[in-house]
Amino acid sequence: MEIVVCIKQVPGTTEVKVDDRGNLIRDGIDSKMNPYDLYAVESALKIKEDKGWKVSVITMGPPQSEAVIREAFMMGVDDGYLLTDRKFAGADVLATSYTLSQGVKKTGNPQLIICGKQTTDGDTAQVGPEMAEYLGIPHVANVKKIHEVKENSIIVDLDMATTLETVEIQYPCLITVEKGIFQPRLPSYKKKKETIKKQIFTYSLKDLTDTDEVNYGASGSPTQVERIFPPDVNNDKEVWTGAGDDLGKRLFKKLVELKFM
Amino acid sequence: MMNFKKIDEKDIQALKAIVGEDKIYVGEDINEDFSHDELASVKRMPEVLVEAKTTEEVSQIMKYAYDNNIPVTPRGQGTGLVGGSVALHGGIMLNMSKMNKILEIDEENLTLTVEPGVLLMEINKYVETFDLFYPPDPGEKSATIAGNINTNAGGMRAVKYGVTREYVRGLEVVLPNGEVIEVGGKIVKNSSGYSLKDIIVGSEGTLGIVTKAILRLLPLPKKTISLLVPFNSLEEAIETVPKVIKSKSAPTAVEYMVRDTILSAEEFLGKPFPDKSSDAYLLLSFDGNSKEEIEKNYEKVAELCIESGALDVYISETQERHEAIWSARGAFLEAIKASTTEMDECDVVVPRNKIAEFVKYSNDLQKEFNVRIKSFGHAGDGNLHIYVLRDDLSQEAWDKKLSEVFDCMYKRARELNGQVSGEHGIGIAKMEYLRQSFSEPQLAIMRGIKAAFDPTGVLNPGKVIL
Repeated sequence: MEIVVCIKQVPGTTEVKVDDRGNLIRDGIDSKMNPYDLYAVESALKIKEDKGWKVSVITMGPPQSEAVIREAFMMGVDDGYLLTDRKFAGADVLATSYTLSQGVKKTGNPQLIICGKQTTDGDTAQVGPEMAEYLGIPHVANVKKIHEVKENSIIVDLDMATTLETVEIQYPCLITVEKGIFQPRLPSYKKKKETIKKQIFTYSLKDLTDTDEVNYGASGSPTQVERIFPPDVNNDKEVWTGAGDDLGKRLFKKLVELKFM
Repeated sequence: MMNFKKIDEKDIQALKAIVGEDKIYVGEDINEDFSHDELASVKRMPEVLVEAKTTEEVSQIMKYAYDNNIPVTPRGQGTGLVGGSVALHGGIMLNMSKMNKILEIDEENLTLTVEPGVLLMEINKYVETFDLFYPPDPGEKSATIAGNINTNAGGMRAVKYGVTREYVRGLEVVLPNGEVIEVGGKIVKNSSGYSLKDIIVGSEGTLGIVTKAILRLLPLPKKTISLLVPFNSLEEAIETVPKVIKSKSAPTAVEYMVRDTILSAEEFLGKPFPDKSSDAYLLLSFDGNSKEEIEKNYEKVAELCIESGALDVYISETQERHEAIWSARGAFLEAIKASTTEMDECDVVVPRNKIAEFVKYSNDLQKEFNVRIKSFGHAGDGNLHIYVLRDDLSQEAWDKKLSEVFDCMYKRARELNGQVSGEHGIGIAKMEYLRQSFSEPQLAIMRGIKAAFDPTGVLNPGKVIL
């Protein structure tokens, strides 16, 4: 039984710069594994520990994205796949999903695909579900809890904002997991040493089933990003002064009013 | 001795004339918070609480108090742990926390000039925007900088960067008679007579009131990596520390912790810790300007830890990972506090190669005295924080047990050539232990220093040294 986890290298900071064409400038800035993907990797490793499944990770990106695969190895992942080709560049969510769906086929025959809920640079939360659609498999987003990993299906809780739904899905299937589903383990130095020379399976367009380049990268993208910018920082604040008891009551009232309680 | 004048209406009016009506609180209008600090069991309300906004006000208040023999206790945020800011003799409490402006960043001299009430957490937030860095890193980030200066606070990065004293370049100080002096300055070297600046640092508000501080800054290291290193036992973990120090790989911090404490912190924060499968851990951090530079440093230490019995070495390189670890580390004190009814702490510092011996000794005291003792701390600089927990002991039994346990610990620390306090100070709570650890000539010099600054003893009386 096999699990594939989709991971992505994202900027290590929110102070991003954008080039003329609206693409993120990734050169020279610190990068890291998308924080949401850490939860996906951890979910897969928990299943590995429990059931002995094999766990692979796959990423699409420039050659230096190898770093996030190495990090996944240090967490205990068995195999890593890198999809890299200049023709993949400039992909929107649809083209990215398509490329990953093509790439996943190179990893074998996974029963379960796990993605993080979203990335911290794109924030669309669409790649997982779209990929599943391309693969023609069932999918569940925003998974908050894994109840049971069975022989032919998995039972999970999905967070629908106001309701929580428990569903059972047949393999092969795809889930995207919420932040906090498990606490991601730290990369291990011992595993780092063991896997330092471990081969990463690298594929480009010519290796995929569909080699028609119009389906990939910018040319395969029906949408284009006009502008990328960090969100405004909201520093609105109110300062209240007064006696502790009164302030406590006032705060309670305010929190109820704002529907935080 | 210590026959101070009680505050009367005339005094209140005089103080109002200095700071204004709305900056004075009397009697029941004083919040109970001002009767104590974070840990010491000593409580005493001041007779009047005054909020100062300027050096001139502090000077006038001090002069008035001096002329009228009224005791004055300066206070920052009250996060001290030894009763240093408790108004033991009533009188005036001077709330310095409203003097909280950052006055100047000087990028040519790499200094930051601040008022005393600026919070530690604000300092690094501010200077980091200039790619600069204020190295001292005590756990309590909501303390004021003058509180840190007055206790010579240390913190986690002391292993590499040293303590607060090394980052204070100059001070403006109001003397007990109201005179204002400036000591040190924006200067790197200084061989001009006795260093009054260094005497004020760590004086716990007994010699003068700091009204302005010039702090030394360093260029901000671009990257930090932490290592969480699991061991089978606390002994194994802590015996590795001197080897790490000896390896000359310059970690910024070396902390130790046991699973129990981690579990308490998890419960307290409601947040899971990345690993809790082992009994004991060392937590190390390294800083530098590139990942490669830091890797070279930490790999040596990682290998050394594994040779010394570490089960693995976990690496934390990103903000998310750091937060998962360090937020728990930052919550240890509060978490332990929440797990019991009352506690008191021992903040001794011993030579770094004696730390294993001391930790083991304090652990063994649990059995000997049948009391819970928790510890965590700065293994890398020899400064321990050991907490004795009251749990369900009666007041009488608690007082007796605490004093017996502390006697043992401080005695052992002396035998190991340690000192009473690594960073929390003496205040009221540790005076007796300080007295025991110093020779009579040393005590005489200290009393002489106090008398030279404060001949009538009106400033923060009953603290540090009698």
